[in-house]
Amino acid sequence: MALVSRTNPLPQTALIRKATDRGGYLVFRAVTILLIVLPGILAVSLLIRARPILAKVPILDLLTSSNWHPARGEFGFFAFILGSAWVTILAMVIAVPLCLLTAIYVSEYASPAFAAVFKPVVDVLAGIPSIVYGLWGVLAIVPLVAGVAPAVGRYLGFVPGLSTEGFLTGDCVLSGALVLAVMVAPVIIAVSVEVLNSVPLELREAALSVGATKWQTVKHVVVRKSLAGLVAAIGLGFARALGETMAVLMVVGNVVNAPHSIFEPAYPLPALIANNYGEMMSVPLYDSALLLAALWLMLIVILFNLGARIGLRLVTARFWR
Amino acid sequence: MSWRHIEERAFKGLMLFSTALVVGSLLWIVAVVLWKGAGALKLSMLVQMPRGGAYGDEGGILNGIVGSMLLSLPATVMAGLVALPVCIILQDEHAGRNPLIRTARLSLDVLWGIPSIVYGAFGYTLMVYLGLRASVLAGIIAITFVQLPIVARAIDEVMKAVPRELKEAAYATGATRFEVATRVVLRQCLPGILTGLLLGFGRGIGDAAALIFTAGYSDRIPGTLAEPVASLPLTVFYLLGTPYPETRARAYAAAFVLLVIVLTVSVVSRFVAVRFRRSTVS
Amino acid sequence: MPHVQVRSLSVWYGSAQVLKDITVDIPDRQITCIIGPSGCGKTTLLKSLNRLLELTPYARVSGKVLVDGEDIYADHVDVVNLRKKMGLLSQKPQPLPMSIYENVAFGPRVHGMRARKELSSTVEHYLKAAGLWEEVKERLHEPAAQLSVGQQQRLCLARGLAVEPEVILCDEPTAALDPVSAQTIERRFKELSHDYTILVVTHILRQAKRLAHHVLFMYMGELVEAGPARQIFDSPAHPETQAYIRGDIS
Repeated sequence: MALVSRTNPLPQTALIRKATDRGGYLVFRAVTILLIVLPGILAVSLLIRARPILAKVPILDLLTSSNWHPARGEFGFFAFILGSAWVTILAMVIAVPLCLLTAIYVSEYASPAFAAVFKPVVDVLAGIPSIVYGLWGVLAIVPLVAGVAPAVGRYLGFVPGLSTEGFLTGDCVLSGALVLAVMVAPVIIAVSVEVLNSVPLELREAALSVGATKWQTVKHVVVRKSLAGLVAAIGLGFARALGETMAVLMVVGNVVNAPHSIFEPAYPLPALIANNYGEMMSVPLYDSALLLAALWLMLIVILFNLGARIGLRLVTARFWR
Repeated sequence: MSWRHIEERAFKGLMLFSTALVVGSLLWIVAVVLWKGAGALKLSMLVQMPRGGAYGDEGGILNGIVGSMLLSLPATVMAGLVALPVCIILQDEHAGRNPLIRTARLSLDVLWGIPSIVYGAFGYTLMVYLGLRASVLAGIIAITFVQLPIVARAIDEVMKAVPRELKEAAYATGATRFEVATRVVLRQCLPGILTGLLLGFGRGIGDAAALIFTAGYSDRIPGTLAEPVASLPLTVFYLLGTPYPETRARAYAAAFVLLVIVLTVSVVSRFVAVRFRRSTVS
Repeated sequence: MPHVQVRSLSVWYGSAQVLKDITVDIPDRQITCIIGPSGCGKTTLLKSLNRLLELTPYARVSGKVLVDGEDIYADHVDVVNLRKKMGLLSQKPQPLPMSIYENVAFGPRVHGMRARKELSSTVEHYLKAAGLWEEVKERLHEPAAQLSVGQQQRLCLARGLAVEPEVILCDEPTAALDPVSAQTIERRFKELSHDYTILVVTHILRQAKRLAHHVLFMYMGELVEAGPARQIFDSPAHPETQAYIRGDIS
């Protein structure tokens, strides 16, 4: 076969290709740089609009005062911070044990068929919009809590946190926490299952071969080895819970109140921001205050998220040596 | 029976209970909303606008359905347009050494967790700065931010998985970086990209918090990008609290439609991911 | 003048030196086999000839590789054009995610060929050159992934030939193939060697004995011995070469 040249490129073609390559990658890099500065732009814009209130009121007052009277210029966020804390922490207290147990079951005990069905089902359900969770909360959880509360208050009301003194309706911390717990469950479970699955088989075999039962292997070997990863999963769930707005908002009562019991209404930070959007323009500094709350929310969530992600990367990377 | 066996049995029971509880709760949500929504939904609602004012008792939820599409579809496109170039850069061969790549990944991680209410607040600051009012445009921008990290992460996962040897084979024919990225890598990842876009769309259409600030609400379908627009999530949110049962019925119907759309998109995206794998090279 | 000349080529992966000061001439229009135990740097040498090494993170190259007298590592060299001159056949066949037709047409298209008729005839020509035409002529527009492994490798050969290289670099080209396909590929190589310079990395000594006109023996990153195939196989000069050919090291 003779080497008849069929693909002799014209010099123009080479130039065009080079130009396309350079130009194209220039555009790609520009978009990437835009993406890189985006979080910074976010934080800075919020900060700029939050500055008026930061200049007017010392930050310590903002954080520790419970006096929230925007019309009078009083902006104490403490009740909201506390409200967020109560709802989120209670949600985690409810969710974490259940999720870890479920994750261990799916990863260690369940048949592969079950696990194969479980994962996509939970993934799909994880995509349920927040507002739908909220609707369920209103229709199913609030009445449930309202029904249970009087009984709990009567028999366990002496336990700190369980009194029904401030109880008004089913819209309270507990309702918010229950809804939130179900919302973060898919995240915690999915990540935990992955972490548990990444523990090498040999390690389990080693434990079983000295006569440990399956549960003992799981308890002392698998879980211990993946502890850091599980903590990271919890961190991710916590971050998600902190930022959750709509579902909680619909069931938590939205009363400016520093809660003393799970049956009292509360007003978490995201709910504060979402509910008062309409009024914020008409009262001086109100918009500034709300945007400051948004900024805080953003920074705390980023902190937890990054911490958890970095922890996860370190943990799963270790197994791949 | 020894203590260890008792412990094992006990925990096994607890685990089964937890799993049942978790899965049961999730299914309970779907059941409640579908049941309540199906009860309230009349076919006419899907094609009518609300009549009799925002708290009126007649009409449908067409404003919400169309509005959600007007917001989420362009947002998906925009999120994709940003995510694709970034992911092409991320799969570049000299990864690990390149600070641009590492910072971009970090940025994506940061953006991933930001609550949508914060994106809504940011959208608000943008609106003030640009002189926009509550509008379709502002809503699209906010939803784009919400969808971007999800779409980008999904596309990144597929692109990272393209084997180096395949790219080397393409380079070996004398193709440029751009040609390999667009003609080979993109092509190889097409199903994954589609899945990512679908996932993003599903997330975006369900979001309410970002829209409160930016899109407003309206009983009509907007004629221009500068008008406020209804959306299914906000239809549920605003209409749920009215004293009129007919209006509340529209809220349930909207929730039903929304849930059906989200679940369908989710299932379809998984289907796409699995089925189209065989027409490309693994 | 020999087609490809390597002068003092050294390659580092990070801090580990993988190729040590290689100097050798690759003869024109012959099959040169690079043999040696695994990990001795054969593939690295191959990939440094078309500058594909640059895609490996942390790889560093020093020395010169001259093709037709020009150093390919010089600053002004157009890498894209260089790679067009050097075709590559990998160990595991890498069909592009497209149809059979589009796989072969990929190279020419990228280099500017547009006309449908020209592309079709080019595709046919090179599929014939690779010995694949008869088997696929009825299904050119089916996905390449559906071909058998042996057919895929021939497809990759066709794809590589379609950009009209002068040199064909092959990295264990039949390692993943069944004996029949392997034989087909080897026969193609023998025919193509009339027109192309072919470099084959192989760990199958018998394959080298069948194909090579010229042999390079590498050990631990160094080029131990180079020469005509007859000479290397019948009377190797160095002890390591002897040991390898006897089968003492592998």
